[in-house]
Amino acid sequence: MAKRIGIEVSLAISEAVRLANVDAIAAYPITPQTHIVEHLSELVASGELDAAFIPVESEHSAMSVCAGTSAAGARTYTATSSQGLALMNEILYIIPALRLPVVMTIANRAVSGPISIWNDHSDIMGVRDTGWIALFAENGQEAFDLSLMAFKIAEDHRVLLPISVNIDGFTLSHVIEPHEFLDQDEVDKFLPPYTPAVQLNPDAPVSMGTVGIPEIFSEAKKCQDEVLKGSEAVIKEVFADFGERFGRHYKVVETYRSEGAETLLLTMGSVGETAMEAIDRLRDEENRPVGLIRLRLWRPFPVEALRAEMSGVKTLAVIDRAVSFGGTAGPVAGEIRSALYSTDQAPYVASFIAGLGGRDITISDFMAVVDQAEKMAAANEIHQYKMIGVRE
Amino acid sequence: MTKKFNEKAWHEYELGFMVSRPGCSAEYRTGDWRSQRPQTNKAKCIKCGVCYLVCPEGAIVLAADGSYDFDLEHCKGCGICATECWTGCISMVEEGE
Repeated sequence: MAKRIGIEVSLAISEAVRLANVDAIAAYPITPQTHIVEHLSELVASGELDAAFIPVESEHSAMSVCAGTSAAGARTYTATSSQGLALMNEILYIIPALRLPVVMTIANRAVSGPISIWNDHSDIMGVRDTGWIALFAENGQEAFDLSLMAFKIAEDHRVLLPISVNIDGFTLSHVIEPHEFLDQDEVDKFLPPYTPAVQLNPDAPVSMGTVGIPEIFSEAKKCQDEVLKGSEAVIKEVFADFGERFGRHYKVVETYRSEGAETLLLTMGSVGETAMEAIDRLRDEENRPVGLIRLRLWRPFPVEALRAEMSGVKTLAVIDRAVSFGGTAGPVAGEIRSALYSTDQAPYVASFIAGLGGRDITISDFMAVVDQAEKMAAANEIHQYKMIGVRE
Repeated sequence: MTKKFNEKAWHEYELGFMVSRPGCSAEYRTGDWRSQRPQTNKAKCIKCGVCYLVCPEGAIVLAADGSYDFDLEHCKGCGICATECWTGCISMVEEGE
């Protein structure tokens, strides 16, 4: 195993993209994603990465270029955040509909307004239904590993869908962490060159992105959803392959000290690390039956894997990092309630919203959430969500 | 028997619902929402072929006598042929109810 190297997480992701030997990168700089593509442009300029780096005038163009390069058969990568992701929105829908395996890092950042460059999940939640596979990394090593696995998953001919690897802006993107890198020959054995199922080719012409009249549009959408749901099996396969080769094991739903737990916290992204510390304290100092679920796979939503962790759980406290305005709960909590409703052992699902626009979520916040969720469950409190730390 | 395009199940279409046979739209009636159709006064037609060249849909076909006919299954009624015709022999008429 390679030795650990201290490096900024953004640069580690760039190195993963270099190791993946991408053919085309089209991106527009936006905080807090900038370091990723900045470093990639340096790698291309220095000749360390033989790829087309296509600078563009907006994220709408970046994603449009990605559609073109991917359709032409190139392994394609981009990265963005927040307003940039919002500006890509129109093309985000097109990429999975055309079955193009583009890989994108999203350094998650609040969407304005008020203007915020800091971290939450309102950007990814806004594009939830565009049809992309969405993975969440908790730390730099996961960001590096998932970035490599993303290409293998996306390009599998049973999948052929785009993937976003979500990393919390600043909290991960700008932090120097120890990473275990992989050698080029290890990566090459794990990730062979991209073989398109179909590509734009003047010798065998096809038309991609044609009109879908009412007689076929439902079938097109059904097909997209079935393929996206079917990708979960391939994701698990790739996680298993990666674990076997490199000794780092991944699951679509990760658990931490959940054995015998009656109350579970549920997080996505980097706050899982803080939540683990809270769980340790509650378990070790107060001897309470609590644990943690970290949702790694957001789309397709891992319904069965989540249900499998609910045995004996009475209270599930879901932490959202975005608001679904006028909705029924935080965006993740709403899905969780839906996934568990009418199952035999559905726990009480408490919805908490925290960490908006860069506000910290502390260990004591998580410990307080556990207390509050258990009280709410005891009273079977009907609620939309509780916002942690908001001044009222 | 091959299923028609509007009879297939969702998993029977090509990857990404692409079109891999060039020109296959000719197999379908694509002009049935037209509101006006072109009509020729063949006595004035000089068989120059301008209408044939300018039609964006390829819906004008050479007739046996060297003049031109309209493929009304694919003509959208845009009227470019009538505007460009040198002798003014093409006119646009309203489609009936």
